[in-house]
Amino acid sequence: MLVLGIESSCDETAVAIIKTPKTVLADIVASQNELHAPFGGVVPEIASRRHMENIVPLLNAALKKAGCTIDDIGGIAVTRAPGLIGALLVGVSFAKALSYAKQKPLIGINHLEGHLNAAHLEYDDISYPHIGLVVSGGHTSLYLVKEFGNYKLLGATRDDAAGEAFDKVAKLLGLGYPGGPAIDKIAPSGDPKSFKFARPKLNRGSRFEISELDFSFSGIKTEVMLKIKKMGGSLSKNDIINIAASFQYTVVDIISNQILKACVKYSCFDCVVSGGVAANSLLRKSLAKVCSENKLRLFLPSLSYCTDNASMIAFVGAKRLEAGLSDNFGIKACANEEIGVI
Amino acid sequence: MSSIIVTKSSDETREFAVKFAAGLKGGEVIALVGELGAGKTLFVQGLAAGFHISRKYYVNSPTFTILNIYEGGKMPIYHFDWYRLGSENECLDIGLEEYFDGKGVSVIEWADKFPKLLPEKTVWIKIDVEGEKKRRITVS
Repeated sequence: MLVLGIESSCDETAVAIIKTPKTVLADIVASQNELHAPFGGVVPEIASRRHMENIVPLLNAALKKAGCTIDDIGGIAVTRAPGLIGALLVGVSFAKALSYAKQKPLIGINHLEGHLNAAHLEYDDISYPHIGLVVSGGHTSLYLVKEFGNYKLLGATRDDAAGEAFDKVAKLLGLGYPGGPAIDKIAPSGDPKSFKFARPKLNRGSRFEISELDFSFSGIKTEVMLKIKKMGGSLSKNDIINIAASFQYTVVDIISNQILKACVKYSCFDCVVSGGVAANSLLRKSLAKVCSENKLRLFLPSLSYCTDNASMIAFVGAKRLEAGLSDNFGIKACANEEIGVI
Repeated sequence: MSSIIVTKSSDETREFAVKFAAGLKGGEVIALVGELGAGKTLFVQGLAAGFHISRKYYVNSPTFTILNIYEGGKMPIYHFDWYRLGSENECLDIGLEEYFDGKGVSVIEWADKFPKLLPEKTVWIKIDVEGEKKRRITVS
């Protein structure tokens, strides 16, 4: 069966077509270079209008690339939560209209569930249960994945997502946007131990406590801000590189430790890390080291499946559709919806 | 009329927000102003605690998501963040007015980027960094 995936939860409009179980025939994101020309240089924009302008040309481009027509499609999977409501609505309304007009089954998918399953597109032997981390600009959430469709949220960020902290610290350091790649690039020439940043205090007993598998990155961001102030606001190139290196080291260390802690606590031998921050080279290195030292298997999707994409949505949708599940036109776009909250 | 309070820790800032939440009736628009790391998101965490919003909801920064909605408490909180937004039109695309006139409380981080979009009833909360943990909060 061919399954169409549609993703429009935040900045990116994306369309994919997969052949079940998981052969990606087309995977197109509107800001990708191959579509640069027809869209006149799209920059990520949250405007729903932009998603609306993108979605039909994207679908046509995906059909062309997959070498099929809309009549060959056996089902439509669409991201319906969480995300920006206006942006989600474009994808959901479009998917409903297409489903109605072409009499194709429709299934709504949670964006986070898509990320958690993205690694399956490239790996065949991820065992259950495993630990899954979605780490991006908008999310830092840790899950126990008991089996497909059965998740338990173990912890998440209580303030800034990891990718957001990268962007904001990069801004404080005058490194520009996007901050993740900017810090990743200069950090290797700095000393990661030159600045000490306090780790978030877990379970400290206040009414605002955060649990042992939660994350918190805003305190480190605040410390960077205070350090820059203390230094009189003018930083040498060396200071910038050292702060970037120390910041990155701390964040990567926190993430690696939390994954390890979760694997130990839930006796998991496999872990899957997905989301844009999974592209960070120090994080990849650190996770590989931690996993090999502790006899864990690490699964990192390729970059195009780490960041927002529609193949992961089509993949999850295809599994549901093949199991005989589908949604009616009552499905709604929803801004906030965690998965695995028990 | 404005009031000023000084807090000496992040918990004190949150506790202030918990108390502030008790005076809210719904329909308010709260503009949060303060530099990176001042404690704007922290303030919203306090509001959510004050509304008894379930701890299952992660009240975290909407910088990337632009809008988080927390339900299940005394009333919904519409938690906006304009940090990443480039123009007034982008803000309007989110459907601001609907939320501003909704039954919940709208809280906007980085509201000073587009002050013209805010209604007259807006309560401004400015958080100044006075020291490592010390913050001066001005409500006006």
